[in-house]
Amino acid sequence: MNSPVRTVTVQPVKVSLPAAMMAVLRRDLQVSFRQRQDLFNPLLFFVIVVTLFPLGVSPEVSFLQLAGAGVLWVSALLATLLSLDSLFRHDFDDGTLEQLVLQPQPLYMLVLAKVAAHWLVTGLPLILLSPLLGVMVHLDGNSIAILCLTLLVGTPVLSLVGAIGAALTLGLRSGGVLLSLLIIPLYIPVLIFGTGTVAAAADGGSVSGHMALMGAMLVLAVTLAPLAAAASLRISLSNT
Amino acid sequence: MPGKWQWFHKLGSPRWFYGIADRFNPLLLGSALLLLVAGIVWGLAFAPPDYLQGNSYRIIFIHVPTAFVAQSVYIMMAVAGAVTLIWRMKLADVFVRSVAPIGAAFTFLALFTGAVWGKPTWGAYWVWDARLTSMLILLFLYFGIIALGSAISDEKSSARAVAVLALVGVVNIPIIKYSVNWWNTLHQPATFKWTERPAMQMDMWLPLLLSVLGLYLFFTWLAFVRMQTEILHRERRTQWVRQLIQQRKG
Amino acid sequence: MVFDSLQAFIAMGGHGPFIWTCYAAFLIVMVGLVFWSFQQRRQVIAQSLRQQRIEQRKAASTPVSPSESELT
Repeated sequence: MNSPVRTVTVQPVKVSLPAAMMAVLRRDLQVSFRQRQDLFNPLLFFVIVVTLFPLGVSPEVSFLQLAGAGVLWVSALLATLLSLDSLFRHDFDDGTLEQLVLQPQPLYMLVLAKVAAHWLVTGLPLILLSPLLGVMVHLDGNSIAILCLTLLVGTPVLSLVGAIGAALTLGLRSGGVLLSLLIIPLYIPVLIFGTGTVAAAADGGSVSGHMALMGAMLVLAVTLAPLAAAASLRISLSNT
Repeated sequence: MPGKWQWFHKLGSPRWFYGIADRFNPLLLGSALLLLVAGIVWGLAFAPPDYLQGNSYRIIFIHVPTAFVAQSVYIMMAVAGAVTLIWRMKLADVFVRSVAPIGAAFTFLALFTGAVWGKPTWGAYWVWDARLTSMLILLFLYFGIIALGSAISDEKSSARAVAVLALVGVVNIPIIKYSVNWWNTLHQPATFKWTERPAMQMDMWLPLLLSVLGLYLFFTWLAFVRMQTEILHRERRTQWVRQLIQQRKG
Repeated sequence: MVFDSLQAFIAMGGHGPFIWTCYAAFLIVMVGLVFWSFQQRRQVIAQSLRQQRIEQRKAASTPVSPSESELT
């Protein structure tokens, strides 16, 4: 064997499903931490939008107390929406997504891992920041706690449902605006229950029923949304 | 081909459908206009006035049919979307593409008539009533379908993307309706519970039934017409469409 | 007819403007939909005819020209 070309035999490596999911998750987190801009922009957007409401409507304590939870929820929703475009975009542009689709592991689970990574870098920071903003809009302690709880259950739903829209609009020129148009109507139930729970808590009512409904939405989203998103990814990839 | 499923495969053939639509269209249009005119004239001029709302309730004879058809068209679109995804049937996508604007127009009409009806009934053009709000969200869903469909140029992937979106939307419709109802009871005191009055009188209910049926038939006719156009466009390179168009010209 | 006169029918007990606005909107949207749909049909047919004519002309002008086949 004097040939200068070295032959490499590729051994098919068997990767278990949890390992594959962890690999996707870790990789996505690494990529986001290297592109700090993507990490901070939605957060910054969240803070700025919340600031607009006292400036645009009224700085009255009574108004802010009444509207605060809704303002925070709407801003969180918009910030999530803004970050969705990059959920699959980079992977789509550099061909990683095609590799992902070709993996032997079910795409459903890999999409779930990608959405989890997205939530960890957008949803979770929003929740961590919301007590601060809650204080700024004069919410009381109990309301802030409930608000964080609803965001904790609600933002994963936003990421999951948003993944469908992101997958559908992948590779389209007017992707961003179209994505908002498709996804906002689907976000309405989350918004209603999220703010409704805080309102119920402020009225002194029990919130366990509301939280159970939000939990049910999360379960439904976890089961069905990756399915639709995976199907949409396949469609978008076959388009190119 | 096994005989039991032959009709199903035939249904997938645009050419076969085109012929069927041609045959049914005059009948559909005729009966639709007959029922619509009968229902509306009856409702406007002969049905008794409502004991609570007087004559303003006569808007119901177009409000309810448009709302009814608009909602069921979305469900039909989702079913057709499932057919597109499972059996790759071209005609199902032709249906979705052709009826989406009709559904949006009917939703708009239901909203518009609801708002105008709201003025004499509730004293305001727009009340954040649960049903009106749900219809508004339905309109957004229709816009989404239309926008996505026109944004993707490739016919096949456009069809499948729209199908997925329609299915996602239809899963969400019950959740949206439920949440909006819940939100409505949270915010609105029960001031306009006039809908929960005793069952409708027969001579109000019958004209309503006629106009609902009439609008359904009208929808079917218009859907067939638009589907035929879509077929002519998509199959424009086939021999049968070329011949058909030459004949039409001559 | 539950109304005594044509005037009463048009007035609808004071609710006339609301009712007739709704019915007018209904009529306009319906007629608009039908008109638009048939206009689309006309466009599709016209486009298809134009396409056919272009193809016929092409077929007539380049039957067996050797230069054409060399070019491609």
